Amino acid sequence: MPKDEIKQTFRLVGTRPDRPDGLDKVTGRARYGADFSAPGMLWASVVRSPHAHARIKKIDASKALALEGVKAVVTRADFPEVPAGEYWDLQENTIAGERALYDGHAVAAVAATSQLIAHDAARLIEVEYEILPHVTDVDEAFKMDAPVIREGAADYSVPEGSPPNVVKVLDFGRGDVEAGFASADLVKEGHYTTEATHQGYIEPHACVGQLGSDGKGEMWVCTQGHWYIRRMCAGVLGIEAANLRVTASEIGGGFGGKTTIFMEPLSLALSRKSGGRPVKLVMSRAEVLRATGPTASASMDVKIGMTKDGKLTAATAVFRMQGGAFTGSPVDAALNCAFACYELPAVHHLGYDILANRPKAAAYRAPGAPMAAFAVENLLDEMWGELGLDPLDARMMNAAKEGTKSSYGPTFKRIGFEETLEAAKAHKNLSVKLGPNQGRGVAAGFWFNYNGDTSVSLAVAEDGTAQVSVGTPDIGGSRASIALMVAETLGIEYEDVRVSVVETGALGVNEPTHGSRATFATGKAAVEAAESAIKDMCRRAAKKWGIDEDAVEWVDGAARPAGPNAGKFPPLSIVEIAAKMSSTGGPIAGHYEGNPPGVGESFGTHVVDVEVDPETGRTEILRYLVVQDAGRAIHPSYVEGQYQGGAVQGIGWALNEEYVYGADGRLQNPVFLDYRIPVASDLPMIDTVIVEVPNPGHPYGVRGVGETGITPPLPAVANAIAAATGIRMHSLPISPSKLLAAMNAKRKG
Amino acid sequence: MRYHTPATFADAATIAASAQGVTRFLAGGTDVLVQLRAGSVLPDDLIDLKHIPEVHSITRTADGGWRIGVAVSGASLGANKDLVADWPGVVEGMELVGSTQVQGRATLTGNLCNGSPAADSVPGLIAAGATVTVTGPSGTRDVAVQDIPKGPGKTNLKAGEVISALTLPARGKNAGDAYLRFIPRTEMDIAVVGVAVSLRLDGDKVAEARVALGAVAPTVLLSDACAKAIVGTTLDAKALDALGAAASGECNPISDKRGTKEFRIEVAGVLARRAAKIAYDRAKGAKA
Repeated sequence: MPKDEIKQTFRLVGTRPDRPDGLDKVTGRARYGADFSAPGMLWASVVRSPHAHARIKKIDASKALALEGVKAVVTRADFPEVPAGEYWDLQENTIAGERALYDGHAVAAVAATSQLIAHDAARLIEVEYEILPHVTDVDEAFKMDAPVIREGAADYSVPEGSPPNVVKVLDFGRGDVEAGFASADLVKEGHYTTEATHQGYIEPHACVGQLGSDGKGEMWVCTQGHWYIRRMCAGVLGIEAANLRVTASEIGGGFGGKTTIFMEPLSLALSRKSGGRPVKLVMSRAEVLRATGPTASASMDVKIGMTKDGKLTAATAVFRMQGGAFTGSPVDAALNCAFACYELPAVHHLGYDILANRPKAAAYRAPGAPMAAFAVENLLDEMWGELGLDPLDARMMNAAKEGTKSSYGPTFKRIGFEETLEAAKAHKNLSVKLGPNQGRGVAAGFWFNYNGDTSVSLAVAEDGTAQVSVGTPDIGGSRASIALMVAETLGIEYEDVRVSVVETGALGVNEPTHGSRATFATGKAAVEAAESAIKDMCRRAAKKWGIDEDAVEWVDGAARPAGPNAGKFPPLSIVEIAAKMSSTGGPIAGHYEGNPPGVGESFGTHVVDVEVDPETGRTEILRYLVVQDAGRAIHPSYVEGQYQGGAVQGIGWALNEEYVYGADGRLQNPVFLDYRIPVASDLPMIDTVIVEVPNPGHPYGVRGVGETGITPPLPAVANAIAAATGIRMHSLPISPSKLLAAMNAKRKG
Repeated sequence: MRYHTPATFADAATIAASAQGVTRFLAGGTDVLVQLRAGSVLPDDLIDLKHIPEVHSITRTADGGWRIGVAVSGASLGANKDLVADWPGVVEGMELVGSTQVQGRATLTGNLCNGSPAADSVPGLIAAGATVTVTGPSGTRDVAVQDIPKGPGKTNLKAGEVISALTLPARGKNAGDAYLRFIPRTEMDIAVVGVAVSLRLDGDKVAEARVALGAVAPTVLLSDACAKAIVGTTLDAKALDALGAAASGECNPISDKRGTKEFRIEVAGVLARRAAKIAYDRAKGAKA
């Protein structure tokens, strides 16, 4: 039973204690990916293709190998053949085979006794290319005569006669869409595009890998999921997963981009080839931008019908997304999220996953959902505006609620979208009067949230404190949140719980920290583990008192007889029980392995005010409000941080971030100087309101908050710009050049 | 790579003149070291100028101008109240370069010698009528700042020549300058367009003006047409329109990842008008 049905207020859950990693991080003691070193360690450097698409005719490493200090060079020839599928794709992306498929694709790697020698050696590796025609734009890649990235990559879902770069087609919906449009008073269509963006984590990928001739290895790596690193490296290298022990470092940002492998197998392959010496590989920013992440670029058509009162009657979406040279753009999630906020009698989705000469897309915070929201919320705003409706009222009229059959299938249980709309409407920002060239934009967003494979172990120490071993790297405050939930459950102090992210040898399989799952799934697993330790402690108390163990209950950190009939004994505290653990049955622990059920969706509503400089097209964010349903905020400061971070990344995507490719297919802006993520001075303090509609599927009501927040900013900013300028921008980013040109076109009529 | 620490500019010039491969002078290092780390420029000879006396100092010249050493950082310029009072536009241009950390190292001379048409400090220097002293194997010569850049990444300095000091003229009375740049963000960015205006008033009328445009041509431009558009006017709406049109008319930009050609042409006019107004107000006594 959810704990909030028993108890509405908690001793610790919902408070804001100091973060457990705080002192380490502010003193520089925290160890990130590049901070690991090992005796005898070598440094690696990677040779990358300067071409978007090229046949690799010859790789000559003889000059590099002749350089003093160079210990090994690897190419694709050093990797085993693996069958088509996930591991082949990962191997092909780790190191090119016959062809380089994008600018920055790894072609060879070298290990040497110093970083300088490794870089010099990499420059001495001669690669002969035959340049092939390339395509980087999603609509160009969708054409019948586009350069073909890979023959035979399409799966069963792709009909014959489709464009050659289409590898997957999704086609689903329900209801009679045509009847829905026929019954509408207003039907509109729009075409929308978004450019690829990078997760933009501050810490570049880094690892130290070691692999001996006995097939046993170790890796220290910056990642969101070290079991994935283990499984994927093993698959790519043809070694046994359990023989590779992987330790996750502290992490300087991931946002989904660190849930997969990029260069990790290179360090292991180089180690194996240089006699098992550890090999360190640290990416530069340019390597990160050229060869890791990003998300997809999208080309989208949306059609919506509504009555004159603004009630939706039908909607369709056709999305085309390229996720680089491999299957895996987030077009499926994009379609599933597109209309999830609303009640819809009829809906149809069609999606195309398309290959192009760009890096392999990785997950990026609510993968696909922000693009979908940009198209759908943009068109809805336009239509409701045309009908003279208030954007919050119109959304309320159509809002998904408990019992709504969602656009993507399942029927929603208790959700909090309506509550976010109400809270937004009541916020003080809504009553600020706007001046000239200013506009207000509203948009809503959604993310499913997720559970996933989870293993947690909890042990009570001899003094009654508790250690919790988890396998989900802490990218957003999960250690603090898990400690709060465990301390609440055990009835001890927050400071008496230490949560550690442990290596792969210490627990069962854990999926990465992805899908907004860590506080939900690892948290729920930790609570289950605590409950099982509590049960053990109650059993020990029962034994001591000579009563039935069912007659013992756990209250405020102590076992006590459950009611007057159970007997009259003074409570036995966790400290007293722990002190006697050796003589009462040995160590006290609890653990959980499973896929914790009860995921609760999270909805959000954002309101942004902008001012556009009519002479330059520059957009300034004046104020920004995030309202989102957290279920329950275990540590509200972290929840607010997630809301603000999502908003900021979305603002960057809306205004300035984009992958700029030249006619030669090379990435033009692989540095933060020209890949323009927002800087602090670009933004006001992001206002947040945490709505709490507890998730009945979690003991403390947690839904997961990491991803929904990046979904509404793209359309919210576009809608605000439309309000400020009268111009509806259908293409992201809404850069000053683009907006000024649109304003000039309007002025000229 | 050979690393040199000459004690005089004459020595630095001698080393540079005899160097065979890629040679770079090191002052703040905020371009050279970044290029070195990125592997885009790997010098065979790296000549560090910071051991030469006077490179860190800012001094008044006899005629009331300023002599600025080649290793004076942006942060030091900004901390010199008298210099800021004289040439706020020059200093604000320099202070827009990079982050706080970069400001601790980056220099006017380095920004000039990097040869970028988008260099934030260069339009201000040109509008101010600044000159540099160039030391070469055959002695020294003074050169106007606008004659140093040759094209993106290139200068008119000859092999073995090194800039040994930068001089700003005496500011004089009833004068002001200003620099504005356009970037999509608020900092940590490269100018899409930059405009500097320096002017002197006679009563309410503009008596003298110099206008420099950045990032709109292969080199920073000194625009006579812009100056002519406002000299003799009170900088009324008509004069500002003429200035904007002149500035746009001078542009010969490219479209690139930072902005389109059309955008640069249009915004050059916008910024020229805005910068001229600030310079005018400063000439009237407004503080930077």
